[in-house]
Formats: sequence, structure tokens, C-alpha cells
Amino acid sequence: MSRVEQQRNIIDYTLSSLLRRPFKNSLLILVYTLIIFSLGSVLLFTRAIRKEASILLREAPDMIVQRIVAGRHDLIPLSYLDTIASIEGTAAVRERLWGYYFDSAKGANYTLIVPATCGLRPGEVAIGVGVAAVRNVYKGEKLFFKAYNGEVISLRIRGILAPGSELIAADLIYICGDDFRKVFGVPEGYATDLVLKAVNREDVKAIASKVSIALPDTRSITQDEILGIYDTIFDWRGDLVGVVLTGAVFAFLILAWDKATGLSPEEKREIGILKAIGWNTSDVLLMKVWESSIISVSSFLAGILLAYLHVFVASSSLFEPVLIGWSVLYPEFKLIPFVDFNHLAILFFMTVVPYTAATILISWRAATISPDAVIR
Amino acid sequence: MRKSDILFACLAVGLVLAGLAAVHSRVARSAASGVIELRLAMIKELDLTDLCLFTEARYTRHPSQADWHTPFQDHPMSLEHFPTGTIVGPPGWLRGTLDEPR
Repeated sequence: MSRVEQQRNIIDYTLSSLLRRPFKNSLLILVYTLIIFSLGSVLLFTRAIRKEASILLREAPDMIVQRIVAGRHDLIPLSYLDTIASIEGTAAVRERLWGYYFDSAKGANYTLIVPATCGLRPGEVAIGVGVAAVRNVYKGEKLFFKAYNGEVISLRIRGILAPGSELIAADLIYICGDDFRKVFGVPEGYATDLVLKAVNREDVKAIASKVSIALPDTRSITQDEILGIYDTIFDWRGDLVGVVLTGAVFAFLILAWDKATGLSPEEKREIGILKAIGWNTSDVLLMKVWESSIISVSSFLAGILLAYLHVFVASSSLFEPVLIGWSVLYPEFKLIPFVDFNHLAILFFMTVVPYTAATILISWRAATISPDAVIR
Repeated sequence: MRKSDILFACLAVGLVLAGLAAVHSRVARSAASGVIELRLAMIKELDLTDLCLFTEARYTRHPSQADWHTPFQDHPMSLEHFPTGTIVGPPGWLRGTLDEPR
């Protein structure tokens, strides 16, 4: 009998053995698949978000300068522009006007921002897809804002931002500088913060140090820090991942521990009978290797495929309640499938290998004792 | 048909589906280049600093712009209370993974 034929016979026997305990084994495969699914979904989701953030935020400003008063972010005087512009290595510096508007009717928060090159006339706004959905408004209609002094300001919607921009602009409202100041009461000569472009990105840290000396009441945030924050939030050892990973890893440990602490009397008797009819210890071990490989590889494949569909086709719908929190306005977006095969390989070795090793170890102990003792 | 044939057929179907997922990932990435360009242009035009992921609190909408104690500064002894505050952790410099901002 050829080696291949021998292996196929063992696989045939292993499958028959698995099918003799259909409820237990299908439940095992289901739980195993669910664990891989949840771990895989988190890994795929966080990897895709991190990758997208790293691509997109490379266009973020080289540096932001905020003014801090009593530990809080405060309006910054435009006179600071000249001080920063005079620092060596600064290519350009401009003010940003932006702020948060709480829509008490809908309970949603919007971000109002004044673009550098407006393209809007006073009295007009352009709104993000999320704002349009929450307010149920369309191009040409009016949007009402309650200003800082109680006055109601109506602005006409000139357009809705392009679909596909939700990941960065779902809650944005483009507004002209004059209207922004009317809504929030920001005085002339002040802005929300300043953005700086450096001649050479390598010099940003040095410029930040000079800014903190020249303007001690300010705080600088560099692009590297912005990128680092998204790496931290969505790191696979981070908070979101940590919550899901902890539960799933414990579930997997219980599964592996249950397997490793011993075979059922029925499984022991089966091994004894096999040895009594002439199977070697190595044949029994081979059967157990196939058994655990069939269970773990098929669960891994099913779990990862389901995780892929969940994250990249179903828009991570199971994570939605966690991600939404108390947000009324939540961006609907489809992540671009950036898949890190190293992460998948780590997941494979973290789940399939320990499970298989635990199964073989306990089977080896049962396979080496005499058949007579096992059957009795 | 032998049971092993059925097993190998199932595994082959799984591998084909995994291959299709890899092809889908590649196709979707090239198809998304227009969306990426659009988003890059908006970020450049507006000098945006953050992704719009969590809109419930200012420090989760713009985590990169929040200061150290933003979640706790609504009043003295204030505790963090927004659900996404449990997901959006403290910035890297507090954990020692990034330099402290100046």
C-alpha cells in the first residue's frame, strides 16, 4: 500500500470517528470558527483603518499650533502668525477657523470649518453626507444655526460633499469665515489654531521647539504625532483590539485547556481498541494529528473568510454598536481591503498550532499505555 | 465517494474562496484609488488632521487635537463618560510610545 493511500485510509477513518460524535465536533468547529472570526475581524478592521489613516494623513499639515489657556485649547491671536512665520524653516503659516456645533434638535455634533479657498458666497454652506442624512436636507434647502447670541442664522446649502468622503468629512460643514464668526462669536483677529508648512519636514521638531520658546502659551502637534495617535488607537495591542482579543483569547484557552486536560473515556477506549487490533502508537498519533488539523484548519479557513466578508463587504456591521457609542452622526463607509498577511500568519500560529499540539500531547499519553489497561 | 475526497473538495473550495478574497482585495484597492485621491485632496485643501470615526465627543472626533485631560475637564473630579472614550485611548506620549508635545 502506498504512503498516500495509507494516509487517505487514516483520514477516512478519522472522518468516520469525528462523525460518530457529530454534536460535540460540530459545536467545537462552530466555537473555534467564531473565535477565529472575532479575532480575524478585529485584525482586518484595525489594519485597514491604520493603513488608510497612514495614507490619508500624510497630507495633514506638517504642524498645528494651538494656544492653551488654563489647560484648555483657546482661540489664538492672529498676531502669532508673524512670530511663527519669522522662525527659520517655516515655508507657510495660516490660520484655521473651525469648531463644533451641537445640533440640539437631532442631538448630533457637526464640525464647522472654513476652507482656505472658500468658493462659497456668504450665506452658503456645503455639507457632508452624514449631516445631510441626519438633517434630511438636500441641495438648495436652508440650514438653520442658533448663534452664540441666540440669533437664528439661516444658510443655504450650496452642495453636498462627494460620496466617498464620509471617512473624513461625514460631519463637516463648509462655511465662510464671516458666517463662522457670526455663529460662534469668534472676534476678528483670532482663529481656532494655526497650521504650518515646513520647508523641510525633517525640521518640524526643531521648529516646534522654537515655537514653544517664542510663544510659551502654545502647544505644537506635528504630523508624526497625528499619525502616531492612529497607530496607538488601532494598534493590535490597543484598546479596541484589546477588549475583543481578551475575550476571544480566554475562550480559546478554555477550548485548548479542555482538550489538553484529557480524552473522554470513549476516545480512550477507541485508542485501546485500535492498538489491540494492531495499530502502532505512531498510527494513532497520526490519526490525532489529522483530526486536530481537520478541525483547526477548516475552522480557520471558515473564520477568516467570514471575517473578511464581515469587515470589507458588510462594513463591519457587528462592530457598529461599539463604534457608534452615543454618536448620532456615524459615517457610513466601506474600508479599503488592506490585508496584512503577516497578521493572518500570526493568528494561524497562535490558534492552530497550540490546539494541534495540545491534542497530540494528550493523545500521545493515551497511545503509549497498554491497550488492555485502556479498554478496562 | 470516499470521505477523504469530500474533505479535500471542501478544503479546495475554502482555498478557492480565500484566493477570491485575495483577488477581491486587490481589485477593490485599485478601484478605490479615485476615492483615496478625493479624500487626499480634501485633507490638503482643508488642512484636516483626523478621520471622522467617532463624533460623540470633541476628543474622540479629533483625538490628535485633544489635550491630556480633555475627557476629564468638564468639571472638577469629572470622569470620562463617553462610550468611545473606552476605545480611543490616551495619546501615545502618555504611554511613552511617542515624544511629549512641546
